[in-house]
Amino acid sequence: MRRFVTFALALALLGLTLPLRAQTTRPLQVVASFSILADMLREVAGDAAQVHSLVGANADAHVFEPTPADAQRLAQADLVVVNGLHFEGWIDRLVRSSGYRGPVVEASRSIEPRRVGRTADPHAWQSLAHAQRYVENMRAALVAAAPAQAKAIDARAAAYRARITELDASARAAFDAVPREQRRVVSTHDAFGYLGDAYGITFISPRAWNTDSEASAAAVASVIRQVRQHQARALFVENITDRRSIERIAQETGARVGGTLYSDALSQPGAGADTYLRLYAHNVKSIAAALQAVAAR
Amino acid sequence: MSMGLYEIFLQPFVEFGFMRRALVACVALALGSAPMGTLLVLRRMSLMGDAMAHAVLPGAAIGFALAGFSLPAMGAGGLAAALLVAVLAGWVAQVTTQREDASFAAFYLIALAAGVLIVSTHGSPVDLMHVLFGSILAVDDTALVTVAGVASVTLLVVAAAYRPLLVASVDPGFLRSVGGRERALHFVFLGLVVLNLVAGFQALGTLMAVGLMMLPATAARFWAREVWSLAAMATGIALFSGAGGLLLSYHLQLPSGPAIVLLAGAAYLVSLAAGRHDSLLARRSALHAHRVA
Repeated sequence: MRRFVTFALALALLGLTLPLRAQTTRPLQVVASFSILADMLREVAGDAAQVHSLVGANADAHVFEPTPADAQRLAQADLVVVNGLHFEGWIDRLVRSSGYRGPVVEASRSIEPRRVGRTADPHAWQSLAHAQRYVENMRAALVAAAPAQAKAIDARAAAYRARITELDASARAAFDAVPREQRRVVSTHDAFGYLGDAYGITFISPRAWNTDSEASAAAVASVIRQVRQHQARALFVENITDRRSIERIAQETGARVGGTLYSDALSQPGAGADTYLRLYAHNVKSIAAALQAVAAR
Repeated sequence: MSMGLYEIFLQPFVEFGFMRRALVACVALALGSAPMGTLLVLRRMSLMGDAMAHAVLPGAAIGFALAGFSLPAMGAGGLAAALLVAVLAGWVAQVTTQREDASFAAFYLIALAAGVLIVSTHGSPVDLMHVLFGSILAVDDTALVTVAGVASVTLLVVAAAYRPLLVASVDPGFLRSVGGRERALHFVFLGLVVLNLVAGFQALGTLMAVGLMMLPATAARFWAREVWSLAAMATGIALFSGAGGLLLSYHLQLPSGPAIVLLAGAAYLVSLAAGRHDSLLARRSALHAHRVA
């Protein structure tokens, strides 16, 4: 009897490993925590990987509810890429509960984050310089997972990084057209600190750190005062937060509401910010246009 | 840094339009919700408000799925869903022996689960988070008119049907024995409760709106005995919580919805401890007086 049990167990173990063997012929299965990382991974990996994003386009990672299908995709993944810097509070639990044993790579690894009080600002992809580091970290992780594809992955990563450099130059040119002291923008989300640091723009935000917290009257009042004091004329509403409070502030200060800025998620396909580079270019264009309109007055 | 009375109580409302709007919304909500809460407490239906608030969710979610983040669409959907739950629960209570609180619990849980399902499968959950928590600092004209309109309708209906509502509250069994018209009155009453919750969810969010309805009403029980004075006391406490909560939110940098409801909660606890009737203090001194005599 005992021999039979041992035999059955061995057979079962063999059965478990078989699909793992079979995996080498199919493309690498990569799971990214949210849409921006997934897009960068697709650019770098090309055909070498199938990339799935846990938090989809136009959704908020702060209030993500994983489904069983997500856990299943994780369990079958070869590589998991997350942002790190405590952006995804839920990911550790999800990875643990899914039974995934492979590497979890932090795209922001070795980046020195900007600090807001004592907390690290996790939105490091809002800096193109840091995006270069993201791409490099992703490249290394993909090459480690699929050494046979190293050459193609390296080439794609280099090409992608060149496009990021190009975008950075055009962004700098766009903002240089506005005097530095006039680069003041109000936005519902403090996700743009890195972008602000990179191009000398001050972002004033009425919201507390997380999108799910409710604003206090003190916060709204202080923004209204700041808008009046700095004579900021541009207000931006994000793709994923409540429009109401920013419209209230706009009414009260007479500032005008600029276009949508995208922070934590890509837009739906075809909506103008459906890749990371398009998202970034869209944000730069919207902010620069609003600031130039102010400068022209 | 010292602050004068003007800086503490008036300056926020003088300087900022959004504070004035929030205050007006609070006043309207207090005038409508507090009498409803009083009647709910008298009818021993205190948890009904909570059940109704949850029943609003699937309707609001359907409104959101159809029309995006539009408060009128979500309000209408929420109103329809909560009324449906109220009608179904009332109907079950009438055709079976099951009591209304049990059928209410069943239907609101079904509605809540349906709401979560719709929210999860239709797009961004973020906007609906804002529905749960509301945004009294961002009350726009539509929301303000809705809240004021609902308060006016509530007060008019209560004034017109004061006597029958009172009888129904004091002796609910009486209703069942006399049938037709009183049953209709019961639904009118539930309809008003739902209207006030929907108005509240535009300003405070579904969860907090119940707080402003029930906490002042339960606190008032420790101060007043007559129905009219109960309602007046509850309205007063709700007004105090609304204005005080906004000021707390302004000066101490607290989120405004919870600040308002927690202040109402504090009023309840103080009333429980030191109210005129039946409070801990009143009971103790009554006992003492009894012993001395």
